[in-house]
Amino acid sequence: MTIRSKIGVVSCSGECCSLGTVSRTATRKILEDLKPRETVTICLPLFLAGDAGERNFAREFPTVAVDGCHKLCATKAIEMYSGKTAFTINVKALLDEWAVEPPVSRRELTGKDMEIVARVAQEILHHIDVIKEGLDGEILYKNGLGRRS
Amino acid sequence: MSEKPILIIPCSGIGKPFGTISRDATFRVVDDLRKGKTETNCLSLLVTGDEEATKQIQLSRCIAIDGCPLECARKNIEIAGGRIAAHFRVMDLLRENRALRPRQITFLDEDGIKLSEILAAKIAMKVDELRGKQS
Repeated sequence: MTIRSKIGVVSCSGECCSLGTVSRTATRKILEDLKPRETVTICLPLFLAGDAGERNFAREFPTVAVDGCHKLCATKAIEMYSGKTAFTINVKALLDEWAVEPPVSRRELTGKDMEIVARVAQEILHHIDVIKEGLDGEILYKNGLGRRS
Repeated sequence: MSEKPILIIPCSGIGKPFGTISRDATFRVVDDLRKGKTETNCLSLLVTGDEEATKQIQLSRCIAIDGCPLECARKNIEIAGGRIAAHFRVMDLLRENRALRPRQITFLDEDGIKLSEILAAKIAMKVDELRGKQS
């Protein structure tokens, strides 16, 4: 039997610009559509406003931080209060790399904006799969059921 | 002299519709209903102790909009040394509007949109009241 641990996906709150909206929407896409049974999330401000239970999040779940801009609030908050992130997705850097403009509105996403969201979600998905692959290998190894490559 | 905008900080809820409602209502006020008289910023910046955001919070009158009883927006503003001029909770709004049952998180459904509109109207009224008090 393979023990399947869940992966944390934590988005920045990003209320100040549309990059935050892309981060949150892509994160929700993972949680609702692409990996609903294999992922969990937490509201970012709970790291400061919550208790020890919330601060244990990144220690319990290998966590992907989804940051809208270069300030990397999700990554910083997770690492300040909870633990090392497994990976950081920087949405602004991705859009620059793809030569894509961010959405105009932070409140309403167009069809074209949703294509960006889908692309970002695929990036998150890829890193979740990489983490899970490593994690499954680790768990199998710890249980004497397999070998670390 | 122009009056300093009132800072509206919604919770960053991502796991339930309440956070989406708080954020959507904030955008309605800041981008539309009271554009120029209000502004918002990322709550995450307060969580990480961003110097600029903390200073902005300390120099502004703040309205906290919380989705759930954990009240992350209010708590984080207070931790950052901000002054809470008003506080709204989506949970209270739900009690006042029991017929409305929002279910969608990513994009609000009809009931979620109605609650967001009601909340935005309340926030806008509070902004007017606060601005009236100051002048």
